[in-house]
Amino acid sequence: MNDRHLLSIADLGREGIEDVMRTADSFREVAGRSIPRVPALRGKTVATLFFEASTRTRLSFETAAKRLSADVMSFAASSSSLEKGESLRDTVETIDAMGVDAMVVRHRSSGVPAQVTAWTSACVINAGDGQHEHPTQALLDCYTIREALAQRRGTEDSQNGADFAGLRIGIVGDVKHSRVARSNVLAFSALGAEVVLVAPRTLMPPSLDGWPVKATADLDSVIPDLDVVYLLRIQAERAGQVLLPNLDEYHERYGLTRERSNRLAAGALVMHPGPMIRGVEIAPEVADLPSSLVTRQVRNGVFIRSAVLFHLLGAADSGEAIDA
Amino acid sequence: MPEVLIRGGTIVDEQGERRGDVLVSGVGIVAVDSTIDAPAGAAVVDAGGCIVAPGLVDLHTHLREPGAEVAETVETGCRAASLGGYTAVVAMPNTEPAIDNPSIARDVLELGRNALAQVAVAAAITVGRQGVHLTPMAELAALGIHLFTDDGAGVQDASLMRQALEYAGDLGIVLAQHCQDDSLAAGGHMHEGAWSSRLGIAGQPALAEESMLARDLALVRLTRSPMHFLHLSTAGSVELVRRAKAEGLPVTAEVTPHHLSLTHAEVASYDSAFKVNPPLREEADVEALRVGLEQGVIDAVATDHAPHAPEKKQVPFDEAPPGMLGLETALAVVSSAMSGRLGWVDIFAACSWRPARIGRLDPASGGRQGGPVAPGAAANLVVFDPTAEWSVDPSRLASRSRNTPYAGRQLTGKVRHTLLEGEPVVIDGEAQR
Ligand SMILES: [Zn+2]
Repeated sequence: MNDRHLLSIADLGREGIEDVMRTADSFREVAGRSIPRVPALRGKTVATLFFEASTRTRLSFETAAKRLSADVMSFAASSSSLEKGESLRDTVETIDAMGVDAMVVRHRSSGVPAQVTAWTSACVINAGDGQHEHPTQALLDCYTIREALAQRRGTEDSQNGADFAGLRIGIVGDVKHSRVARSNVLAFSALGAEVVLVAPRTLMPPSLDGWPVKATADLDSVIPDLDVVYLLRIQAERAGQVLLPNLDEYHERYGLTRERSNRLAAGALVMHPGPMIRGVEIAPEVADLPSSLVTRQVRNGVFIRSAVLFHLLGAADSGEAIDA
Repeated sequence: MPEVLIRGGTIVDEQGERRGDVLVSGVGIVAVDSTIDAPAGAAVVDAGGCIVAPGLVDLHTHLREPGAEVAETVETGCRAASLGGYTAVVAMPNTEPAIDNPSIARDVLELGRNALAQVAVAAAITVGRQGVHLTPMAELAALGIHLFTDDGAGVQDASLMRQALEYAGDLGIVLAQHCQDDSLAAGGHMHEGAWSSRLGIAGQPALAEESMLARDLALVRLTRSPMHFLHLSTAGSVELVRRAKAEGLPVTAEVTPHHLSLTHAEVASYDSAFKVNPPLREEADVEALRVGLEQGVIDAVATDHAPHAPEKKQVPFDEAPPGMLGLETALAVVSSAMSGRLGWVDIFAACSWRPARIGRLDPASGGRQGGPVAPGAAANLVVFDPTAEWSVDPSRLASRSRNTPYAGRQLTGKVRHTLLEGEPVVIDGEAQR
């Protein structure tokens, strides 16, 4: 994997994704111990720079860092000097001067983590940038699918990326504005899955040139063929704009209703990056189906983020640190 | 002022290309011959291996004064111009306040009197560039202002644009449009296409430019008033202008060095130096613009030199203001982009005498720009070394800003000397004041 930063799933490729998932397996094992901590990153400092609030993702990264014994520094935009007109660069350089080894960056604007790499010597991890990417979400989604597929076969032993060969995954909803979709398209297809995007054209990227996907506006035509249905969050403010008449019509055409879930193949997985709006992306009763993996995703997020931090900050020093 | 002998160069002007020395005395050229002996006391400027041509004329320069002196001033912008071989620039009116009345136009012209390039101004079409009320165009025209534009934005209201064209037609002035339909472009920070989709940045479709251009061409057909189209950036725009010219409509068009040389793929770095309006487009657009310039569909190169202070650009891509520096790199970029398609006479036609004519700065309009290199002509000259290689170091640019898209790139071709009204303002690539 790119040994400096994680800005995009493209930095990893298939091998990188598989490496991270294997490492996450070790951290899943660590989590079962009485003291779920290893000294792998002792003496390292991980700063979370969340210019856009997301308590869930920030806590996931901070927990992941603490389990590796790293020191954690937390920077939230509300407590920052950005409001006083300080440039993004000034803010990053100030934090850099405090001596941090990794910056975990979340921002409402696409590309900020890439820009940050020019202003710091720390490793930069993209924790979600605008409508661009959210690579650790995609990694934890892959990990969760892999785990579920292994379980379905009745084994703990995963075949890692090989499980994805020929898997049919539908990503449904506001693909155009979704960083989760962009990362997941890259991750799922790198692992050999067939990806189909399902959205009205107003919520599809203007160009799918170079995207390894199929695309359709008709959810009903593809639903029986899907092994995984990945529902994207629809932002309420899109409705009522020109992109979408209203949320009811969205639910009617693209929501996972009871009827649609009945047409899913047996054992098909239903996923959502959360938080989900019941009654819009998914009918309330469907969200509680056993095949729905929402809570497992949250738990796996910590293992995956530990694995990413370990790869970027710790792997060079000592591969043994996990077992110490 | 001592006489200046420009020795050993190849002269390029509208008459063609030939070897020759050029003797300058006072503000004019006094002799051109295959060899001229230096008169006693004359300064001798070496032009060996270089092209000696009429100084370049930029129809599209944002000098930022008044209002954004932290980004550029008339003085620093003109120094950058002279280093790029320009002896005249047209200052755009999107200053703060806008150049929309005679008093502010006079102020900017006054600031330009002692600058390292001749400063002409373009005035706004509408008061405050708000797209509502017409500016006092007759009063502004009386100051010698020939180009009017709300550049930075297009005039959105079609009816207002029609009135403006009718009114301007009576005055013999030219309206220049930044073609951008805001209802299509709004919220877009780059070209809408494969890269905007991948990068998750909202795009501006090519249609946002082409639909306003098509509307304006229809208005020109109706009013018969001349129009100039600023910084065209799409293949579709080239096609529209090609057909309009074939039809005989009185229109001219310009293209920027960056649209001739860079594509939207540059934005993959999220470096806001590549954010510009109109945005960098696709390969096919770059190719169509080159062909358009080659075939004369596009008349002129204009830089759209748009300085922004570093702190304004060191922000997220979607928060950064659009605009790039252009004056100091233009000739190298354009000659490289057009090599194999245009000879030197045509390169300088696009960068010097054709824009001089569009801006009414040429001798036939009573101006002193655009050549020829002949006795009796004004000594506004550039000496350009077409083979010199240099790398662009933003910290060494004369502009107050650093937002060049060519930072760290190797360019071929460098301006060695520039003469403004007989004064050597740039010697060996160094501004003399
Ligand atoms: Zn413009």
